[in-house]
Amino acid sequence: MANWLSGHPDLAGVALGTFFGASTRILMLRSDYRQYPAYPHGRIIHMALGLIAGALGAVAVPALFNKDYTAITFLALAAQQFREVRNMERNTLSAIDQLELVPRGAAYIEGIAVVFEGRNYLSILAALLTSLAVTLAGWGAGIAVGALYLALMLKFRKGKTIRDIARVEFADVRLDGPDVHVGGIYMMNVGLEANRRIIAEQGIGFVLTPKSDDAKVTLANLGQRQAILHDVSTRLGIYRDDGEPALLPLAKLELASGKLGLLVLPRERDRDKAMMAVTGVPLLEAAVRMPTEANRRKGGA
Amino acid sequence: MARIAAIVTTRKDEAAGGAPIIHVADRERLKSVSNLLEKALDCAAHQIHEDMIILVDRHQKNR
Repeated sequence: MANWLSGHPDLAGVALGTFFGASTRILMLRSDYRQYPAYPHGRIIHMALGLIAGALGAVAVPALFNKDYTAITFLALAAQQFREVRNMERNTLSAIDQLELVPRGAAYIEGIAVVFEGRNYLSILAALLTSLAVTLAGWGAGIAVGALYLALMLKFRKGKTIRDIARVEFADVRLDGPDVHVGGIYMMNVGLEANRRIIAEQGIGFVLTPKSDDAKVTLANLGQRQAILHDVSTRLGIYRDDGEPALLPLAKLELASGKLGLLVLPRERDRDKAMMAVTGVPLLEAAVRMPTEANRRKGGA
Repeated sequence: MARIAAIVTTRKDEAAGGAPIIHVADRERLKSVSNLLEKALDCAAHQIHEDMIILVDRHQKNR
């Protein structure tokens, strides 16, 4: 095995590069479970694309070393393909979204689609670096670089979650005639007695207190709020049906303080699980704003 | 913008205008009729006061 690898440096580079490129993609696919439920065929698509991404990245280095500069155009072709992946994910998720009891919302879908595209580039990079290391310093170095890259990937693949920007607390759901309040934040007016009873019995309230001024803007984003409602409803189940417009999980701001009141109607009533569901919601790239950063620079440029 | 799909009330003189106004005899009927309308129209019922409930249409395509 070792002899063969030393005897065929180009092939070894391509094989190891492809292997690490595809592994990168497969490892990152795991963290997608919650965003994208366990579709067996969806996974196959992405594993196949990961393999292709790995192969493309791996082939580029030996080709360039053989002065075959047109190889770089293949990378451009790959980029085109993976943009297509983003479109595909966006279209699929948008189509499904119309049939969800609690939709993901456009911002969340866009976030997921971008992640899918980005991860393919990461696996190209993994393959490229591994293949480069094999070509320059032999197959041992290639394995070392590939393994290091995988380790870094595992460490950094997790994005930020609500836990990082807000303090989450349980709050009581209080009905004052037709008005529903969560922890003192006015949520909505419910006209029918039957619905009020369901909300009083099934509802769980949360109050999210932003930890900074930047967090305040992020929590106020409608896309981020919809993502919270969707994720919590997915993880805890939802006491809701079509044609029940009043049984709506809802997020409302307390304008004066920037706190976010959250009313959900879960099936699973375990408080620890509910807390984990809310704190674990990913922060959307589209929702993260940094006004404090922008205002610190002179002239706002 | 949301639209008022129907008004259910026991006080006939308090409602007027474009939306269908359904006049009911008492608060019991007010409850049962607005319950039926909420399910039938898929519009949330909101209580203005104890004798009047409006049904609000928030569907995108109807706007």
